[in-house]
Amino acid sequence: MAKLSLHQLSKSYGSAEILKDISLDIKNGEFVVLVGPSGCGKSTLLRLIAGLDPVTSGSISIGDRIVNDLEPAQRKIAMVFQTYALYPHKNVRENMTFGLKYAGLPAEEISRRVDEASRMLQLQDLLTRKPKDLSGGQRQRVAIGRAIVREPDVFLFDEPLSNLDASLRVSTRVELSRLHTLLKSTMIYVTHDQIEAMTLADRIVVMNKGRIEQTGTPLELYYQPANLFVAGFIGSPKMNQFSAILRNATAATGFGLSVPVKGGDEGSAVTIGIRPEHFVVGREGEHPHAARVELVERLGEISHLHMKLNSGELMIAEWRGRDAPSIGDSLSLAAETSNIHLFDAKGVRI
Amino acid sequence: MQLKWRVGLIHSFLIAYSLIAVLPILLVVMNSFKIRKAIFGTPLALPSAETFSLVGYVKVLGNANIGIYFFNSLSVTLISMATVLLFGAMAAWALAEYRFKGSNLLALFLSIGIMVPIRLGSISILHMMVDLNLVNTRLALILVYTAQGLPMAIFILSEFISQIPRDLRDAARCDGVPEIAIFFQVIAPLLRPAIATVAVFTIVPIWNDLWFPLLLAPGNDTQTITLGIQQFIGQYITDWNSVLAALSVAIIPVLVIYLIFSRQLISGLTAGAVK
Repeated sequence: MAKLSLHQLSKSYGSAEILKDISLDIKNGEFVVLVGPSGCGKSTLLRLIAGLDPVTSGSISIGDRIVNDLEPAQRKIAMVFQTYALYPHKNVRENMTFGLKYAGLPAEEISRRVDEASRMLQLQDLLTRKPKDLSGGQRQRVAIGRAIVREPDVFLFDEPLSNLDASLRVSTRVELSRLHTLLKSTMIYVTHDQIEAMTLADRIVVMNKGRIEQTGTPLELYYQPANLFVAGFIGSPKMNQFSAILRNATAATGFGLSVPVKGGDEGSAVTIGIRPEHFVVGREGEHPHAARVELVERLGEISHLHMKLNSGELMIAEWRGRDAPSIGDSLSLAAETSNIHLFDAKGVRI
Repeated sequence: MQLKWRVGLIHSFLIAYSLIAVLPILLVVMNSFKIRKAIFGTPLALPSAETFSLVGYVKVLGNANIGIYFFNSLSVTLISMATVLLFGAMAAWALAEYRFKGSNLLALFLSIGIMVPIRLGSISILHMMVDLNLVNTRLALILVYTAQGLPMAIFILSEFISQIPRDLRDAARCDGVPEIAIFFQVIAPLLRPAIATVAVFTIVPIWNDLWFPLLLAPGNDTQTITLGIQQFIGQYITDWNSVLAALSVAIIPVLVIYLIFSRQLISGLTAGAVK
């Protein structure tokens, strides 16, 4: 167990800058999720921390040591890969013990660790099987087991659930969460799935184009997104974004929504963001803004209404309950004033 | 219906090709069991009660030197194969996995080795072997055959290595497995089909070669089987019974090796084509 800090970390491949000036402090025992669209550099960042790729500039420290020039194994990390990366010709036990043999551990210690990890992950009956005889979920548990037996300071997960089917993904996610409570280790987890990020993380780091956009707890990111990118990335369906003009300390949209604003330049363009779940939907005329239903996605308890406002703008609102409207219905909307987000012309939160 | 026709057409082509490939060998084996007169009189006929004879085999197997020739061929071929596979796989791993100064140049240099036949260098090789005092040793042949087999082996194996997922090597590195163990314990076991392919491609030309044994090791103690058979071929009289019998016997080791590797070989040849 150890804290981990990144200081002004950069990584370039040739002239392509993949990571720019990344600084981040991760506390001992914290579960941090790196999230962002594909190509944002999150996996590269994980590989730098693991020591699989050299850094271009900046420093990485684990505990009190700067580990820039250490081999992966010396950094006391363990990594779980998206493709599991199990050794195909070795059985489950050999997969878990292969690395330990080179660490010079005594045989009793190795078998103690394997027993413990396989009990934790319910792998006891699978120890003599080869990876090809395991299901996807079992393979991923073996990969996690291989990480656990190393008793690392920091666990690194590179999209470990992406290759699993939907139901297995949910149950493995819960397993991971339980594992973190049990082991209390520092964990860094890369994903592009915001549900995984929200449910697993103590703290989420949202990345985009090689930079950190915002760092915070799941709820901070949800309720106080620092900019339009984070606002759009966290939450599903996406936050609705309406362009507005700032006049007399009020931002006014094309369909007649006006929001009081403190500060900001008179006449400048701003963006108003409202999440689908923060609309009140009612019959025609009941609320100030009229809209027509263009598409309904029924998820059971809730439905997503894709609607067109009378200004022509498209938006999504959430409907709770069974009797969802149908396509073509005319409805009216109101926004919950406490949950309106404002962003300036550069996309930064006001 | 159209598919049936196409399959039929493909099969008839393959059968025709197999016949063309197999017939000469069949002729050699068939005629090796016949008396001399029948070899010339009815070369295409199967041995019958009157024409059957084992005289060739008796002569060949009774010849004390044939055993030596066989041993020479076998030892040269197997040792060359082992060195080609070991060093080929290691070099392929180095070229595929590590970026170092001159690695591209080295890869290019090796691919030239595939394009330029080694026999063009025969005279310099002979000079070199004379200087090294290696003429008439099996080592001379092993060295030349290793050089001959390496470029192709490296080429095929590095293709295979680059198909092995990168995560696997990364996982081993995170596990603290030393690089040499990553190669021998993680990568090499996965290369089995490729190694079988390379083994067969390496062995056959070495076993069949006449050129280098003739140049570098023509001495009676170091002759290989292909060279040894030539002693039955004279300027005026050729002992066809013995030649054909010796050739038939010489086919056996290659056949055995092929059978051993064939399952792996097929999966090696079709890898990538069939996912």
